Amino acid sequence: MSGPLPALTVWPMKFWRKITKMSTPLIMFLGFILVTLLITWKAARQSSGSSNYFAAGRGITAWQNGIAVAGDYMSAASFLGIAGIIAFQGYDGFMYSVGWLVAYLTVLLVVAEPLRNAGSYTMADVLAYRLRPRPVRAMASLSTLIVSTFYMIAQMVGAGTLVALLLKGSGIGFNGAVAGVGVLMVAYVVFGGMLATTWVQIVKAILLIAGTILLSVLVLGHFDFSFAAFFEAITHVKSGGKTLNFLEPGLRYKPPYGAIDLISLGLALIFGTAGLPHILVRFYTVPDAKTARISVVWAMFIIGAFYIMTTFLGFGAATILGSDFIKLNGGINMSAPLLAQRLGGDVFFAFISAIAFATILAVVAGLTISASTSFAHDFYTNVLHHGREQRPGEQVRVARITAVVVGIVSIIIAILLGPAFNVAFLVGLAFAVAASANLPVIVFSIFWKRFNTAGALSGLGVGLAGSLVLIGIGPSVMGVDGASVVGAARHMIQSPPLFPLENPGIVSIPLGFIGAFIGTLCGNEPESEEKFAEMEVRANTGLGAEKATAH
Amino acid sequence: MNQSHPDWRKVDADPDFRRLVNARKRFIIPAFIFFCTYYFTLPVLAGWFPELMKTKVVGPLNVAYLFALSQFFMAWIVALLYVRAAARFDRMANEVLEKNH
Repeated sequence: MSGPLPALTVWPMKFWRKITKMSTPLIMFLGFILVTLLITWKAARQSSGSSNYFAAGRGITAWQNGIAVAGDYMSAASFLGIAGIIAFQGYDGFMYSVGWLVAYLTVLLVVAEPLRNAGSYTMADVLAYRLRPRPVRAMASLSTLIVSTFYMIAQMVGAGTLVALLLKGSGIGFNGAVAGVGVLMVAYVVFGGMLATTWVQIVKAILLIAGTILLSVLVLGHFDFSFAAFFEAITHVKSGGKTLNFLEPGLRYKPPYGAIDLISLGLALIFGTAGLPHILVRFYTVPDAKTARISVVWAMFIIGAFYIMTTFLGFGAATILGSDFIKLNGGINMSAPLLAQRLGGDVFFAFISAIAFATILAVVAGLTISASTSFAHDFYTNVLHHGREQRPGEQVRVARITAVVVGIVSIIIAILLGPAFNVAFLVGLAFAVAASANLPVIVFSIFWKRFNTAGALSGLGVGLAGSLVLIGIGPSVMGVDGASVVGAARHMIQSPPLFPLENPGIVSIPLGFIGAFIGTLCGNEPESEEKFAEMEVRANTGLGAEKATAH
Repeated sequence: MNQSHPDWRKVDADPDFRRLVNARKRFIIPAFIFFCTYYFTLPVLAGWFPELMKTKVVGPLNVAYLFALSQFFMAWIVALLYVRAAARFDRMANEVLEKNH
């Protein structure tokens, strides 16, 4: 055949070959990106006005918010991280995962309802009711930005490493992956606001749960659906030439400080989860306090079921693959994806990888919107302009600009730190700051009549400084490395740590509470005590709470 | 919303409202102490009583595994008990609001 026909078919054929040469994970990644961009495009038409942009019009239902809260929490660190810790250190990883769920009881019992009843967009709204708004908002906004930035950098570096590993051979390296994740998260937040961020989180959470259920079933199927055979196998796992009982404690949390470190982490979780800005903002997206309450219970059942299944994945990876195999094929974080590859083949591997990628994207988008909301609402509108918008829509515009800045800064920092940088402690730091600085002042302002501005400032300041200093002199930053450890993997300060614990919570949380307490006693603010009546009525009855906007 | 300035102090001093605040505290404080104690017992036992934790209960399942697993059910049960109690708090709050409308 000659004539125009070959010329017409050449281009599509080339294109098709390009597509088929793409790895299956990459195609699934692109599929997820397409779905999320569609969500963003749809949401963009409804995201004008502060209440719509920052709080999704307060029209999210209980189950939707429950899934979104659970999704914010089920980060790549918990999906890949916990499965990996269990695959390598067995029972102690399971024990580690427990605190993350129990922490939600603090959110449910203490924070969610008063926050929804008394605030409008941020944690600082609750503090500003009784206290002098400008200094308190400035300090609370600083704390929010620090928590979000630390958490975000940890996620971005993790994302870069992971995406580069999952898409091995596709030509996308660490820097490209970091930049791609950064650009996408900014796009969701800038164009789609809280509504898009919430729905991206819901879609990802449903995918994540589906993937985890499938993989757990495959693990049990490997043992002919016999729990007895499964648990029997866990009691003798081969690891590094030894046979160990992975159901017994002691492989991760070793004396002398292991158990104290876990208790310290537990404190940071139980007091810190209820102080995480990106979790707290979710309670403003529902119509009322009752919905907020039910949504926490939804989240707790989802998170709990997810962690129990994650133990199956971790123990499955330990027994079916073995840690020696995982070490040779990408390391501890690849435990769950490698297990998927062994049990379900390449397509399932691609599916699980795409879920891990979706997880990172959705979580960083949530962090970006909480950071930009706090900056625009607390700092720009309320601290700089005394609570009044100069022009309508200004607050939303400032938030969009902040989101772009936050995106660019985190891309640059993550690329500068590079893939070898140890990011685990940044998440610990975020929780320590949330627990030691944010939670004491939230609790005191809801429950303590005498509490005042001096107490809030000193509580936030002492909690923030205490966490930063103790992490700075702890084993995450200080340590003596051998000559074989090079580059960013080396400890930042080459000398023995001055503080023995990785998690400073056990010391920094009491410091935060004492700081807030002593500060209060030093100040005298009759206005705050007078306004306590209003706060108490609002928090307990929902009288005067922000209403949902009608669509 | 025709109640732009509710009389906060009047509501706050209402005996029914005080009963609501106290009822809430009577649930939240013991529940908080209970779940913290239950949770922190886990790392304490794992750290200082490893032999007890290694005791086998059913087949290969030992105290350590079953106790950690029980934490999930503990959290869910406390959450559901709170939801039940909160329905009572909602009713009390509505009564207070109706009276002070």
